[in-house]
Parts: sequence; structure tokens; C-alpha cells
Amino acid sequence: MRSSHPLARLADVAKTTTLPWFEGVLDVVRKKTEDFSNFLLGEDFEERVNWLRNRYDTLGGDPFGLDPEVAKGAVTVLSFFHRLYFRTESFGLENVPEQRALLVANHSGQIPIDGAIIGSSLFLDHSPPRVVRAMIEKWAVSLPFASTFFNKVGQVVGVPENARRLLEMNELLLVFPEGVRGISKPFSQRYQLQDFGLGFMRLAIETGTPIVPVAVVGAEEQYINLGNLEWAARALGIPAFPVVPQILVPGGQLPLPTKYRIYYGEPLRFGGDPADDDTVLRDKVWLVKQCIQDMLNRALATRTGLFV
Amino acid sequence: MARSAVLVTGICGRLGHRVVRALHRERPVIGLDRRPSSDLPQDVEHIQADLMRSATRQLIRGPELGAIVHLGITHDPHVPSAERHTRNLLSLEKLYRMAEDFEIPKLVVLSTANAYGPRAGNAQFLTEDAPLLGSGRSVELRTLVELDMLAQSFALRSSKCKVVILRPANILGLVKNAASNYLRLPVVPTLLGFDPMVQAVHEDDVVRAISLALKADVSGVFNIAGPPPIHLSRALSLLERRTVAVPHTVAQAALGSLFAARVTRFESTELDFIRYVCMIDDSRARRLLGYEPACDLKETLLAVDRERWVG
Repeated sequence: MRSSHPLARLADVAKTTTLPWFEGVLDVVRKKTEDFSNFLLGEDFEERVNWLRNRYDTLGGDPFGLDPEVAKGAVTVLSFFHRLYFRTESFGLENVPEQRALLVANHSGQIPIDGAIIGSSLFLDHSPPRVVRAMIEKWAVSLPFASTFFNKVGQVVGVPENARRLLEMNELLLVFPEGVRGISKPFSQRYQLQDFGLGFMRLAIETGTPIVPVAVVGAEEQYINLGNLEWAARALGIPAFPVVPQILVPGGQLPLPTKYRIYYGEPLRFGGDPADDDTVLRDKVWLVKQCIQDMLNRALATRTGLFV
Repeated sequence: MARSAVLVTGICGRLGHRVVRALHRERPVIGLDRRPSSDLPQDVEHIQADLMRSATRQLIRGPELGAIVHLGITHDPHVPSAERHTRNLLSLEKLYRMAEDFEIPKLVVLSTANAYGPRAGNAQFLTEDAPLLGSGRSVELRTLVELDMLAQSFALRSSKCKVVILRPANILGLVKNAASNYLRLPVVPTLLGFDPMVQAVHEDDVVRAISLALKADVSGVFNIAGPPPIHLSRALSLLERRTVAVPHTVAQAALGSLFAARVTRFESTELDFIRYVCMIDDSRARRLLGYEPACDLKETLLAVDRERWVG
């Protein structure tokens, strides 16, 4: 029995035709979002996060403060940059050992996006997922919010004791032996490795940890740095003050969407006495540095383009 | 056995009570405290005297003593801080003299892991070798650091007396220390944007560590930690506390004036304890003392509330 009241008829039309149409649209949207999130995060993302939740359960939580829920959120945001913005391609993921390892990479790009992308590539693209632990500067610990965030996504204060303890826990530790020298270098010196510190080698020998050389291609061009103002850095008490004209252009604050290519080399093992003289250690460090430089040169020679 | 008695200072404190109760079944316990005692076990002898007075020494039958446990560190806010400082250091000095003169084989001093001090550059877990940098501007903390260092110098000097220094993490329980008092606040202030990892140890686990320090033929410094560390925010949510996040600069200024007005006993420099990590590695105590915390996280945290329902 059809109702004759105009409002009731309208409700009828809404229920029988409009509603299903909306539902159809919603379904398509939902499907698209799911596809998109699968594209960004991978279909097994939840499994990966569950693996992360279980990883530290036996220890009563990660002793350094990694919070799986915060890390999940961070990876979700990062995946956009990883897949879409930088279109990261990883090579040699099978070279990353299952147990502890020291990842030694070239550092570049004015802000440490390279570390974050290495982290997302090993969490999203490596099976089983790996958590990359990097070390942050002491001064960053005194910054509100930032310190808490870094801590909860698994980053630790850069002191040798922490590095040793992480390796004993069979973690993957990412180090940039160039430090500030690398990340803040001007555009003219791109892909030229700066001086390496020796600390990582002493640590690797002491703990018997293999070193995985990592070459990151693409990050060195993301911000074009014309030079560093030393006096400004000193006046502000910050590690470096790079001159990057692109940030004056609207939208130029974001890095250039260069294509990231990350190469994981075969693990290198070093023996000997960790208490050796610096000269002995320097020779070993030179080998690692040369290995990364070779990987960079080879990658640059075969690179098809800066953005593709 | 002639030398079996143990002298415990500060028995009228909350922790002192528990130590006495744990020890008196195994060996004679002599307590030393200025304050009057209540509900001590019958067989515990209480010498109500001030360690600072020279007459007190005559009351203690030194040759009977097999060990001294020093808990009697005063935090009495009514005593001016400078006097409290000298009083604390002199008390330990006197106990050490006593141990030397009567050839008492063991002196156990309860220090604190807070003496390492919370700092941005701290390693996540500090070992006993880490320097004690907790002094800063806080008189209270400086006293604790100096006490620890004084005990260390005794340990170096003495040949017959084995000195044990225990550095427990934040002790939680009925005790009235800064950590327990902080967690007992009706609304707990935290620092906006900071959420450090924290460690706590149940008072009963500390008592266990003290008896282990007495039994084993060991000397030296031992960190004493409890269950695995957690973020401060998680500890507060497990305790179901209401919190209010305050920017550091505001908190510092506010606490400074509140302390000056004697409204609170928390000093503004203590804010660093809820800003940076100050945690310890207790593997040495686990290895050499056989120490292991018996209380889990929940038990340890809830210990600060026990009074409420025990009454």
C-alpha cells in the first residue's frame, strides 16, 4: 500500500533509489581507500605491526621506549613519502642479516629524511619486518614533543652504552659516521663521502657485529644547499646553518621529490682488538667508506634520472 | 656467635620498620633512632638516641655488632638545609669510625640511583661506574651525592670493614620519598611534551636487597632496580591518576615560588626527573648478590596506594 503523503513518498524514493546509490559510491570510495592504503603500506601491514607488538613482549616492553602504536602511526605517515613522494626502490634487502647488524650509510639532505626512509624501507619492504634504531643528538632530547616522539618510534640518545645494549638485543643499528659533515654538505659536494668517525668500527669489533654498507641515492639532491654560514650556526648554537634558496619559493620548504634508491651491500666483518690505535681502526674504516663510495658511484653511473 | 647483631639506623622510618621486621627473625637487631618507636617487634632493642651526640656511642655495644645498616638519612624539612647536610654527613662519618674502632666487618649504606642525576645525555641504563652528576642546584640531592661519595671513600680506605653501597631506583611503597609522594598527588603534574622512561622498585625488594648485602661476602656499589621500565605516562595511567601537563618554564617558575612559600617540598630542579631519563642497570646486583625483584610492575606501582585501603 503506497502512502499518498508527499513527505512519505519522498522518504520512499530516498530509501529505494538514493540510498543504494550512495552506498554504492561509498563502497567504491572504501575500496579505493583500501587499495590506496594497501599500495602505501602493503597488504600485510597489520601483520607487520603485530610482529612489532610481539617483538619486545618478552622483555616487558622495549627497554628504550619504543611504543608500537606511535611507531605504527609514524610509519603510516612515512609510507606516503616512501612510496609516492620519493618512490623509494630498495636493492639488496636480503643482505640485511636476521640478527644484529650495524647499518652504515652516507648521510645527506640537510634534514635526516634518509634515516627515516631507510627505516620505512626495512619495516615495510623487508620480510620479516625490521625496526631500525638510530641515534639522536643529545640536544634533541631537551626539545619537548620531539624528544618524546623520537623515543617512542625507537630512536635512542647517541651514547656508546646505548649502542652496545641495542646490539646485544640483536637490533639493527643505523649509523651515519659522517654526522653533521655529511648531512649539511653543500650541493657541489654531493655523493662525496666526508670524513668518517671511528666510533662505529670500535663498536662493531667489540660486539662482533657485521657491518652492512648502505648507499642512499636521491637524498643528496632533495635540498640544494649553496653553502653553510658558520657564524650563524655558532650564534644560534645549532650544528649547521645551510643556505637553501628553494625554501623561499612557495612549496619549496618540502624537499624536491627526487627518486630514492637504497642499496644494501653485503655484510662486512672485522676482527681485531677494539682497543687498537686509531691508525689501525682508520684503515678498517677506510675500507667501509670505500665500499660505500663504490656503491654510490656504481649507482650514479646506472641512474636513469633524478626524478624517475 | 659473638658478632651476630646488626645495628640499623633510622628504624622509625617506614623503610626502617620493614628492614627490622625482615632481619629480626634471623639475627639480633639493635635499632638506632632519635624518634620514639611504635609497634617494633619485642626482641628488637631500640636505642632512642641521637647519633650526633658523643654519649650515644657508649650506649652501643660495639663488639657485639656484626654489621651496620645505615638508613637514617634525614630529610626533615624543619631542619635548615645546611644543618641537615652536615648532620647527614657527620652521622655516616661517626658510623664509619665505629665500624673501624670495633672492627665491625660490614657497613651497608642505602644511597639512591637518583644520585646519577637525570640528564639529556644519560645512557638509557647507567652502570655503577657512571659519575654521580645529580648534584646540580638542589641541596637535597647534593647531600645524597656527597653521602654516596663519602661511603665510597670509606670503602677504599677500610681494610677490615666491607662497605656495601646500594643505589636503588625510585622506591615505591608506604615510604614517604619524593617518588612515592609524587605518585600520590591527587592531580599529578607532568611536563608538556616530555614523557621519559622511569624505573621504580618496591620497598620490599629493597629490603630483600639489604638482607642480601648483609649475607653475601661482598662489598662495593650495587644498583638495585625493580621491574622493567615504562613511560611515565603509562605508570600514571596504570595508577589511574588524573594528570595535567604543564610547560617546563611555567612549571619551573611555579614550583620555585611554591617551594619558597613552603607549600611544597618538591624543588624545581627535581623537575628534571620527569623530563629526562635517570635509569640504572642492576645486572651487577643480580650477578653478585643474587638479587632479583619479586614484585611485578603493577604491584610495585600500586604499593604507593596501599595505605588507602589497608587503613
